Amino acid sequence: MEKTLRETIKHIIKNHLLSKKGKVFGQCLTAVGWVGGTLPEMYEKDGMIELSMADVAGGGIVTGSALMNERPIYVIRYQGFNWYNCPMIVNYAAKSKEIWERPCPVFVRGIGMEGGIGPVAGSSHHSLYFRMPGIKIVSPMTPKEYVKIYNSYMRENDVYYVSEHRGSFDNKKELQNDTRGKKDLIIIAISITRFAAVEAKKILERKGCKIGIIHVLWIKPLKISNRDYAAIKLSKKGGILLDDDYTDGIANALAHNISLKTNKKIETMGLKNKTAGAHKKVDNLPPSANEIVNKILRILSKKN
Amino acid sequence: MFNNFYFEIFKKASLCREFEINVFNAIKNKKISIPVYLSAGQEYIPATLATIIKNNLQINPLIFPQHRCHSIYLSFGGDKNKLIKELLGLKGGCTNLMGGSASIHSKKINMYGHDGHMGTQVPIGVGACFTSKKPTVVFMGDASAEEDYVLGALGWASTKKLPILFIVEDNNLSILTEKKIRRNWNMHDVAKSFKMKGFELDDNPNNIIKYKKFFFKEPVLLNIKTNRLFWHSGAGQDDPKKFDRFQNEKLKLGKKAHDLNLKIKKEVNNLWKKHLEKL
Repeated sequence: MEKTLRETIKHIIKNHLLSKKGKVFGQCLTAVGWVGGTLPEMYEKDGMIELSMADVAGGGIVTGSALMNERPIYVIRYQGFNWYNCPMIVNYAAKSKEIWERPCPVFVRGIGMEGGIGPVAGSSHHSLYFRMPGIKIVSPMTPKEYVKIYNSYMRENDVYYVSEHRGSFDNKKELQNDTRGKKDLIIIAISITRFAAVEAKKILERKGCKIGIIHVLWIKPLKISNRDYAAIKLSKKGGILLDDDYTDGIANALAHNISLKTNKKIETMGLKNKTAGAHKKVDNLPPSANEIVNKILRILSKKN
Repeated sequence: MFNNFYFEIFKKASLCREFEINVFNAIKNKKISIPVYLSAGQEYIPATLATIIKNNLQINPLIFPQHRCHSIYLSFGGDKNKLIKELLGLKGGCTNLMGGSASIHSKKINMYGHDGHMGTQVPIGVGACFTSKKPTVVFMGDASAEEDYVLGALGWASTKKLPILFIVEDNNLSILTEKKIRRNWNMHDVAKSFKMKGFELDDNPNNIIKYKKFFFKEPVLLNIKTNRLFWHSGAGQDDPKKFDRFQNEKLKLGKKAHDLNLKIKKEVNNLWKKHLEKL
């Protein structure tokens, strides 16, 4: 039977602790939910290390562990906590190889989630890491993608920021790009928006639109195949890039780069430029399938 | 034996002092253009610790310093030539010119570079010690000690009972702001409140050695009062009348120390001269 992404992550973590003798660090890991069921029920003696609630120091302690070649996995339960967890990851771990020729590989699991959880914890915050050199950013949403990313991390000596989303943990299916033929527009989707993008594509195709889709696993470095770039170039209206973070970050930066490479306009959609409140009436959610559909229809209806 | 111990410390301190005087002159003569943090005046701390830890206890610890670390590097056996090259911007510097003065490192002596953000070496050193279980020395200044993440890391090191030695080189100044203006508490008290051993002392080697019995058996913090002879950064002097531990020890140890200092001075001056000629 196929595994869910949740079970896949749990299996990888267990193997990391048992076979690779690695360590997993984080706050409140051994709590009731075991981080959305993605951690095996293991404890400090097994390498599952509970950090104190000192957020900034915690990131430094993990960095120190990485310097000792332990390849730690650092679990950040809500991506918003990164504002206090990431300073030493981006300023030390990410630079260590370049400055001191001492690799400091850390696998940072930043977990996104939204919907009624207020201004701090909600959504993805991967743009925080984006501007720093020496770091790789990925956003796996399927079991195979996660295995691929973990194996890549274990082969290399780099810092990985793995932008996860709780909304994907039940997913069992692999997501395929569709860039065959001449499209009206191509959706380039990151993180949890990939699922809404698939829905939006179906709705638009029922309306007779030719919509392509590119699922972005590798955000930094951005990995889009030449064939997919060619498809954007060939399309009538270019593309739209979707993100689960504010658009003033990765979304706009990548859209700009893709636009330069294809000479096509790339629009962006992500979180709205406002603070999320705790109540659903004042929430700030990633673009839904309907919102994506409406935006694309507006783009397609423009003359130029 | 006892005498040898003090002479060994003096030998290391003398190397640090003569080295830093050369750096001072190179800055004044505009041969060094990067920001430099001179450790002269504070050298008796690393010189004494290196003598206890490396010579006496025969331990090669992990070392996590921050800026003002030339004396740490030299006392623990860092390569002099590579540090000169690093400061002068010559090929073959100890950090390939990426570290400058503040972020130097040495694989040979297990010294890890610093990222430039004050106090980050404390949680990073704690993490390295936790994972490796190797004896670890973390140096910080009295200002870095105030960083919130330093305090969080001290608490965790105490909880995990790590073989780690925290050294606060307390020169009473953050650039020029005195400690009493910044806080009304002391680091050795903070350490005790975290249930680890914490002591306040001055940089007299007789005082530092008293705590050797605790080293690497459990977390220990020594807040060591000292004096920075030169400016926070660059070449200049705040107060020429400041107490100078190095000169004091030289006087105490007598002619033999005087002669040893002259010999080291000549060697270090020649070394600098050789590299300066390459500019």
